[in-house]
Amino acid sequence: MAWRLHPRITQVVAKTILWAFTGLTLLILVFIIVNISVKGLPQVTLSFLSQDPTDMGRHGGIFSTIIATVYLTLLAIALASPLGVGTAIYLTEYTREGWATRIIRFGAECLAGVPSIILGLFGFVLFVMKLGFGWSIISGGLTLAIMVLPIIIRTAEEAIKAVPQEYRQVCYSLGMSQWQTITRIVLPSALPGITTGIMLSVGRSLGETAVLLFTAGAALRTPTSLFDSGRTMAVHFYILAREGISMPNAYGTAAILMFSILLINLVAYGLMQRMMRRFS
Amino acid sequence: MDKGKFVERVLFLLALSSISSLVIITIFIFEEGLPLIMHTGLKDFIFSTHWAPTKGFFGIGAMIVSSLLVTLGAMVLGVPLGLACAIVLAEFCSERVRRLLKPTLELLAGIPSVVYGFLGVIWLVPLIRDHLGGPGLSLLAASVILGIMILPTVISISIDALTAVPDVYRDGSIALGATEWQTVRRVVLPAASSGIITAVILGMGRAIGETMAVIMVAGNAIKLPSSVLEPVRTLTSNIALELGYAAGRHREALFATGIVLFVIIMVLNLSATLIARRR
Amino acid sequence: MGFSRRSGRLLRWGSLLLLLLGFLPGLGGCKGGDQAGSHSLCIAGSTSVQPFAEKLSEVYMQQHPGMRIDVQGGGSSAGIFAAQQGAANLGASSRELVAAEKKLHEIAIAWDGIAVVVHPSNPLNNLSLEQLRQLFQGKITDWRDLGLAPHTIDLITREEGSGTREAFEHMVMGKTEFTPSALVQDSNGAVREIVAGDPYSLGYISAGLVDERVKAVAIDRVLPTRENIKKQSYKLVRRFLLVSRVPPAGECKAFVDFILSPPGQQLLEAEGLVGVK
Repeated sequence: MAWRLHPRITQVVAKTILWAFTGLTLLILVFIIVNISVKGLPQVTLSFLSQDPTDMGRHGGIFSTIIATVYLTLLAIALASPLGVGTAIYLTEYTREGWATRIIRFGAECLAGVPSIILGLFGFVLFVMKLGFGWSIISGGLTLAIMVLPIIIRTAEEAIKAVPQEYRQVCYSLGMSQWQTITRIVLPSALPGITTGIMLSVGRSLGETAVLLFTAGAALRTPTSLFDSGRTMAVHFYILAREGISMPNAYGTAAILMFSILLINLVAYGLMQRMMRRFS
Repeated sequence: MDKGKFVERVLFLLALSSISSLVIITIFIFEEGLPLIMHTGLKDFIFSTHWAPTKGFFGIGAMIVSSLLVTLGAMVLGVPLGLACAIVLAEFCSERVRRLLKPTLELLAGIPSVVYGFLGVIWLVPLIRDHLGGPGLSLLAASVILGIMILPTVISISIDALTAVPDVYRDGSIALGATEWQTVRRVVLPAASSGIITAVILGMGRAIGETMAVIMVAGNAIKLPSSVLEPVRTLTSNIALELGYAAGRHREALFATGIVLFVIIMVLNLSATLIARRR
Repeated sequence: MGFSRRSGRLLRWGSLLLLLLGFLPGLGGCKGGDQAGSHSLCIAGSTSVQPFAEKLSEVYMQQHPGMRIDVQGGGSSAGIFAAQQGAANLGASSRELVAAEKKLHEIAIAWDGIAVVVHPSNPLNNLSLEQLRQLFQGKITDWRDLGLAPHTIDLITREEGSGTREAFEHMVMGKTEFTPSALVQDSNGAVREIVAGDPYSLGYISAGLVDERVKAVAIDRVLPTRENIKKQSYKLVRRFLLVSRVPPAGECKAFVDFILSPPGQQLLEAEGLVGVK
């Protein structure tokens, strides 16, 4: 064909386009981070962090929302990590690949794909209405736990699988039981990977809004019991920004939220890299 | 009972309860929503575009179409961008650059969806309103924001698929005199195709399931859009907008909307798993 | 080496879990709806009433340390439902109760106008009730039809179930339906944000929330000012209600009395509403 270009020229064109797309993606990322930082970071002062919001968040800080976020996240992680790590241990150490593991793994994958609004609906009908917990930390925490469970299962499974088989063989040859092998050798070696999963879950919980609006509610008071409603930073930001209550406070909240999640994700990423390097 | 067996039982129970949450979710959503679908009739519920739940009209046809259109729009933007990043990272850059770029791009996944929605409202919506017309809150705005939001999913799964292609393929192709680009296009991409398709499908799932960002930028009108500049309401935003206020049949209708969304997502997940397993 | 670290972690998580579970039988924030003697109240409902209820409870709690009041959104219908179920001590509603809900005890706390708002740069000053109806029926879609420079009108309404929407529907739309082409937003604030940013938009919000970023339009030549709302010469006026399953008693009554007292009513007036007293 006459119009056909020389392969080298095509290659230059293709590479240029691909790099341009990559550059555009990076540009979007930089734009988001710079935008939130420039407008948000100047708002972040010690009093912004330590004062309760007043006047619906128009004035004051975000202290009560930080507390609610911490409570909800801790509860979700405390519930999901034993369950998730236990599931991962069962999948990797106790069963051979078969229908049972396949179903469990497929179920975890499906659970990972369930949109947060569906989880919100579910948490609303089961925890808030049927069990009568109301909009509360416990309803929100339970629903968040289900949301992060697949993340913990998947990363824990990968981490445990990455522990070399020889470690286990040495343990058995020394006469250790399977459970001893798991708790003393396998889990400690896989700990960085498991922690990665937990940190990613924390990051995910921090940024979640849809689930919490319908399960934890949006009360601005600092929650003092599991049955109190609480407004997380993400929900607070959503309400401030969407209803135009206070743009400076919205940006400030967004900056804190975004940087905490980015930091957590970076640490998680670093941990994972270190662990993978150790075993490869 | 000896301890090993006991531990195994306990772990099995843990694994079982992890999975049972999925089952319980399914049961509850269906239990709440099915009565309405029975009442209205599946056909009317899915195909009618008349949504006036407090007056007894429950048709989510417009929202199904809008959800699909928004997702399609997100794919048009997100897939080329994401795939380009994945190819550059996996094939065309040095180890040092990759070590810097990969975690940087993964930061996109950590930005909360409300922040995406907010920036969409602040920057994108006025841009569309002033330069292209319409109210700005539109199918286009939602597609662009979702297109950006699915990038991390598309990028990370595509990279895995590309790096899983054995190097001998590349070496063979280069040895035959092909350029790097020819190698990527004719050898590596076809070999990684099922992984890339999985990436695209999971990206679709992410787009169709996103709620908060879409509520903020899509405008949420209940009719079928006749252009990309018109406002749309997706299945997810329909639920989130009205759930707080709904009672009786209206609430059932929102759970029924959830059922439709759930079924779409499950079909996507299932096909992603099947395609991934085919290799 | 790993053992102690691992078991330490287990212990930490375990104790944390126990600690959290320890709260379980503890206090019940929004739950003990009818419990006498508890020093907490829960108000749930209309997002239109919410900002005012929060302001009232903020001041009330300052005056009564040890008292806690949780204010939840959720919408008028959800609030009425919560009050019926006893899940909330007081339900907040920005619409009138329908026949089936009349068993509830209702207390009117304020009058609120529904203001029709446009961008400040918009020269529109007046609409007839009929024009307003036609706008939201989708019969008027261009500013040209209202005598202004031609441009499509970006119409904004509230979501189905909202008390503001129901009140608007009742007073303006009659039996006719809203056009499906209208943008839908789920709070007064969100509608205001869009109108403040879009020069071609028109929406309706609680008159108490009109600020300098949007312009209220006169309806049949009457502006939604405080006097006009009080005189009811402004057409779009509704009541803000608090509802409860049983007549308020104890802490609940004390709070309601505070709202209806001169300081409480002044507080509402200062926030842009019109008092009932």
